[in-house]
Amino acid sequence: MTFAYGWRSLARLSRAEWTKFRTVRGWVLGMAVAVLVTVGLGLFSASGSHSSCGGPSDVCPAVPLGPGGEAVDDKFFFVHRTLDGDGSITVRVTSLTGRIRLPDATPGVRRVVPGVEPWAKAGVMIKDGTRQGAAYAALMVTGRHGVRMQHDFVHDTAGGRSGVSQAAPRWLRLTRAGDELTGYESADGTRWAKVGTARPAGLPAAVQVGLFAACPGDLTVRQADLGGAVAALRFAEATAAFDHVAVRGGTSGGSWRDDDIGAEREPGGAIHHPGGATRAGGVFTVTGNGDIAPRTDGQMVEKTLSGLLAGLIVVIVVAVVFVTAEYRRGLIRTTLLAGPRRGRTLTAKAVVIAAVTFAAGVAAAGVTVPLGAHILRANGDYLLPVGPLTDLRVVAGTAALLAVTAVLALALGTVFRRSAVAITGAIALVVLPRILATTSVLPVDASRWLLRVTPAAGFALQQSVPAYPQVTAFYSPQAGYYPLAPWAGFAVSCGYAVLALALAALVLRRRDA
Amino acid sequence: MRGEATIEVNGLRKRFGPTLALDGMSFTVRPGRVTGFVGPNGAGKSTTMRVVLGLDAADEGTALVGGRPYRSLREPLRHVGALLDAAALQPSRSARGHLLWLAHSQGLGARRVDEVIEQVGLRSAARRKAGGFSLGMRQRLGIAAALLGDPPVLMLDEPVNGLDPEGVIWIRGLLRSLAAQGRAVLVSSHLMGELQGTADHLIVVGRGRVIADTGVTELIAAVSRGRVAVRTPEPERAMRTLARAGATVTVSGSDALAVSRSETFAASGNGPLTVSGGEAFAVSGGEAFAVSGGDLLTVSGLPGERIVALLTADSVPFSEVVAQRATLEEAYLELTRDAVEFHAGTGREAVR
Repeated sequence: MTFAYGWRSLARLSRAEWTKFRTVRGWVLGMAVAVLVTVGLGLFSASGSHSSCGGPSDVCPAVPLGPGGEAVDDKFFFVHRTLDGDGSITVRVTSLTGRIRLPDATPGVRRVVPGVEPWAKAGVMIKDGTRQGAAYAALMVTGRHGVRMQHDFVHDTAGGRSGVSQAAPRWLRLTRAGDELTGYESADGTRWAKVGTARPAGLPAAVQVGLFAACPGDLTVRQADLGGAVAALRFAEATAAFDHVAVRGGTSGGSWRDDDIGAEREPGGAIHHPGGATRAGGVFTVTGNGDIAPRTDGQMVEKTLSGLLAGLIVVIVVAVVFVTAEYRRGLIRTTLLAGPRRGRTLTAKAVVIAAVTFAAGVAAAGVTVPLGAHILRANGDYLLPVGPLTDLRVVAGTAALLAVTAVLALALGTVFRRSAVAITGAIALVVLPRILATTSVLPVDASRWLLRVTPAAGFALQQSVPAYPQVTAFYSPQAGYYPLAPWAGFAVSCGYAVLALALAALVLRRRDA
Repeated sequence: MRGEATIEVNGLRKRFGPTLALDGMSFTVRPGRVTGFVGPNGAGKSTTMRVVLGLDAADEGTALVGGRPYRSLREPLRHVGALLDAAALQPSRSARGHLLWLAHSQGLGARRVDEVIEQVGLRSAARRKAGGFSLGMRQRLGIAAALLGDPPVLMLDEPVNGLDPEGVIWIRGLLRSLAAQGRAVLVSSHLMGELQGTADHLIVVGRGRVIADTGVTELIAAVSRGRVAVRTPEPERAMRTLARAGATVTVSGSDALAVSRSETFAASGNGPLTVSGGEAFAVSGGEAFAVSGGDLLTVSGLPGERIVALLTADSVPFSEVVAQRATLEEAYLELTRDAVEFHAGTGREAVR
């Protein structure tokens, strides 16, 4: 048998399987139902979700977007001056301290304790002005993650691991040469080690250079009584002391200015949780709260696909019956007469059910995601913006997940030859872990474990907003964060499908028809 | 016609648990004739067919179609057309849809599908769901599927099953014409009568092996063993005369002959043919259907012409001399008696 014949034969058998599929109205209708259920439930739940920000106008404040188009938090205290063209800033950080507000023990009496958040950060920054979301690069010391160089909200490079204290201060230097910014650190101000380089997007000639402090809220996660977890974020702030502050380059004699970037104003006009800075004898003390990071507070587009599980069950049923109906009627013999190379015949069946479900998935997600997002926005919900490629990945990934699950179901149908067993098996392997992991039934670790080792791992393809290790948030499956990267999760699902198909081919070859 | 129109089965053995389903099954099906594949239920017909078609694997032996194993055939339906189980249909798929996917699997188009639909007379039902088909219509659809690839070899398992008389006549004509086109046609049945008038050659199986592989004519002659029935009002004289000439004569009683095909030598005209009043003697196209009156003797060892001559010479009256031809059914029962007895028995022998 030649290679070319093998392909031609597979093409013919696939065409035959497609003819088989489309000539049974129930199966075609089943696919249509899967699409409609996914779209219908998704849009229904989207239309039931409303948000408002209160206040007299009930208009939510605009969320700043970073240079990459992602929603960002950009709130910190900035002591800065203008730098024109190339130059550098050098400082010595002598302390990083902080305060955390705990739940009130006595109502109305604030309970604030000293403490430094792990991701409390203070250091030097070069930023394209003071607008929230503007491009920047910053070199910083952190509460518990050593020296970091970060830029444009999502990028993070680790430097030395040591913390900072009066006894062991840390020198930081950020230089600009053209579009490239380079960060250095030093223990003594003479021997410098490079931390990293950054090219913030579209940095103009004149930028703001200076000192900053920020501190994300204090996150506590408590195990809930019935599985799941409750996360709470409390106010925290950080204070850093700098000396040996030196700015080189075109500063044109301007003076230092203080800016509470992204400060929220209360109805009376006062700043809610203000930061601050003092200068005395060459020592700068800067206090800030908030974070300079991609935003995690908002809905994700894939939430519109809540109806997918119902659609998936329908897809599983159709994919299983696509083969078990042949066993039930004895038609499998006719199929194997037409295609006696059984592995190839099974492959053709898998190709067709995968293609059909992929098309159905594209139709379902392609309608649900944009339409559901539109409904959510119209209802006042804030959707974390993602790029068109991510939208495409969510839609195509949903379709791919359906296709892979259909292949798994088909393989189980071939192995078991009974609809009930195969359908139950496929649901137990794919749908059940996903339900258990994303509802607050299991502890978070168990949920993450399920989403790593079961075929439900492929749902990671739907996650539109990544989890950032440098951003404090509770990245639980319940919140839509999967333990595996999208393509890694998909690879797990594909692995199961391929294994099951190989087993089915083996069984089919060995068994008398 | 593509490929060689033969089926060669050689030494097939297959065991299902404790049961030996095939026990050295060997035969060859040749082109240009209809080969009947008969045997009692459980004799291994269907298993053999499934092995030939690559559906079941034999423990031992080979089965070749046109010189090659079925599983190695490219576009197998263009080499072999098979009807195994007419009920094997997706009920919600139309007849045309069923044939269409089969056609697509072999690189054939919708035109060929419409041709075979026409050929089996299903045009008016082609777009109806196969689930609503009668058994006869399903058989026609199954035959259409077998004919789809215009194959040189056809294997049909019990194709007459469920067909109305008109359908039976149609399929007999179809099988004969397919064989006349030079194809090898293997038709299985557990009822020999179904093959009468259709099959040219017979493979009789029992207990998973071939009992007889012979032409239909030869088989009947062998089973008949040259017996002649003689009806006479004077049986004792007749017996004396015939025994003197070396024949073996037994008295069969006075029952009417009930044979479907038999030839009579009686109406030669020159003998003292005595017909008593009121006795019926019906001759129609050389076939005697019902005769009564007088005793019936069964004579073996002498041909019919000689018996007539001897009785005439001795002036023994007789009303009928019939060369007894066994029916296929009788021949079959004779051949398979052992096999059936075996199957009705304890089955102890199967585990040897």
